[in-house]
Amino acid sequence: MLIDIQKRLNAPSGKMDLKFHCHIHENEWLAIYGPSGAGKTSILRMISGLMKPDAGKISFKKEVWFSKSKKINTKPRLRNVGFVFQDYALFPNMTVLENLKYAQGKNEDKIFLNEILEVSQLGDLIHKKPSVLSGGQQQRVALVRALVQKPRILLLDEPLSALDEKTRLGLQDYLLEIKKEIQLRVILVSHDKNEIKKLADRVVVLGNGEIIQEGKPETIFPGKEGVEGVVIDKRMKDSLFFIVIQTKGSILELPVSKSKFDATPIGDKIQLFLE
Amino acid sequence: MSWEPLILTFKLASVTTLILFFISLPLSYWLAFSRSRLKPVIQTLVAMPLVLPPTVLGFYFLIAFSPNNAFGEWLDAWLGLRLVFSFGGLVLASIIYSLPFMVHPIQSGLSGLPASFREASSLMGKSRLETLFRVLLPNIKPSLLAGIVLAFAHTVGEFGVVLMIGGNIPGKTKVASIAIYDSVESLDYASANFYSLVLFSISFLVLLLVYSLNGGLIKFSGR
Repeated sequence: MLIDIQKRLNAPSGKMDLKFHCHIHENEWLAIYGPSGAGKTSILRMISGLMKPDAGKISFKKEVWFSKSKKINTKPRLRNVGFVFQDYALFPNMTVLENLKYAQGKNEDKIFLNEILEVSQLGDLIHKKPSVLSGGQQQRVALVRALVQKPRILLLDEPLSALDEKTRLGLQDYLLEIKKEIQLRVILVSHDKNEIKKLADRVVVLGNGEIIQEGKPETIFPGKEGVEGVVIDKRMKDSLFFIVIQTKGSILELPVSKSKFDATPIGDKIQLFLE
Repeated sequence: MSWEPLILTFKLASVTTLILFFISLPLSYWLAFSRSRLKPVIQTLVAMPLVLPPTVLGFYFLIAFSPNNAFGEWLDAWLGLRLVFSFGGLVLASIIYSLPFMVHPIQSGLSGLPASFREASSLMGKSRLETLFRVLLPNIKPSLLAGIVLAFAHTVGEFGVVLMIGGNIPGKTKVASIAIYDSVESLDYASANFYSLVLFSISFLVLLLVYSLNGGLIKFSGR
């Protein structure tokens, strides 16, 4: 898929010219990283057709979605793009299952729906209305809803930014599962380096409306390597405070300050960094 | 004293509200989402009945629909419609007179929904019409109800427009509000009281029903 677009945006700091040129390969997860106001969301909106670029071209395989020179601008509803919005945009009048069926549309594929429901672990939630779900659950529903329409590309607009640390780590694992299970092009907008390292195959860094860096996440964001763990115990020895953390390979006992000790409940998921 | 004016009033209000509802859906949608330069003009026209004395509207309707004038003559000759001093004319005048009361609640309901609802639905391949009926309207039920009730109540309470264009023909254009005025003029206070009491009670009950229902709706969606 080729994206080569230009757009003049009204940024908070004044007018900004956004230029974005990028190929997305089959099954690739591309992350767009950059400060807020860099135009990340606008790029997703232009790919999906919700915003019209000033110039350039967007094409998917041999199909042209947008071309300034050929005056082509395919309607959003004909592009079959999966979009997970920052506010999730779940329809409050429908239950979770109704939301999914609505997204699936007329050529309802029951087998695919059931398969995806199994992977998604939504369980009993499917007969509930979105308003009674927690933020993390709503996010999962929004993801699944974008997937059931079998999109040609999935766009994730800071999908985990509104969630607390623990839920976020859980959902990153969830996305990783999806990455293994479903073959799909994905563009992930994020300002969380660890999230990008965990999920993306490639990252482009935006600054001042242009791509300033591009490459593998490990190369672009070297240094701090995060390790995830779960707090399994808390101890006091000789008036020093320790928390015991189970990571993938081992069990660590770390000395911590009293405030950190009090603020960390057993069962909490945390990330450790080696510097 | 007869039930006729009351029945006529509720018939007029029902017909007006029904037609108004279907006119207001596309109009509110357009006003809520269009970025056309014409929008302020249309918005102003829709809101005019809020500030104009009803007699002004009634006067111009009377002039326009009169068979002595070009437009009225054309209606009469081509469509066989005589809108002055007729029930049809009352309906048409009421639709215009109560338009803002139906349009404003629906419009503000629609524009109050997150833009992502419409965008998400279109990215799922849905047409605007399907999005409107399956996503937007079901999520603004309290606004729809408010529009229907306000338009109905406002039509029931109409006096000036009706008097100007409809006159006072029993069974045809003599609605309850006119009948009250008529009774008082002829010092028949008993009849005036009867019509007034019925209007008062029914209006109270309808509004009470709506507010209790709406309270329930809001509680339900917020839970």
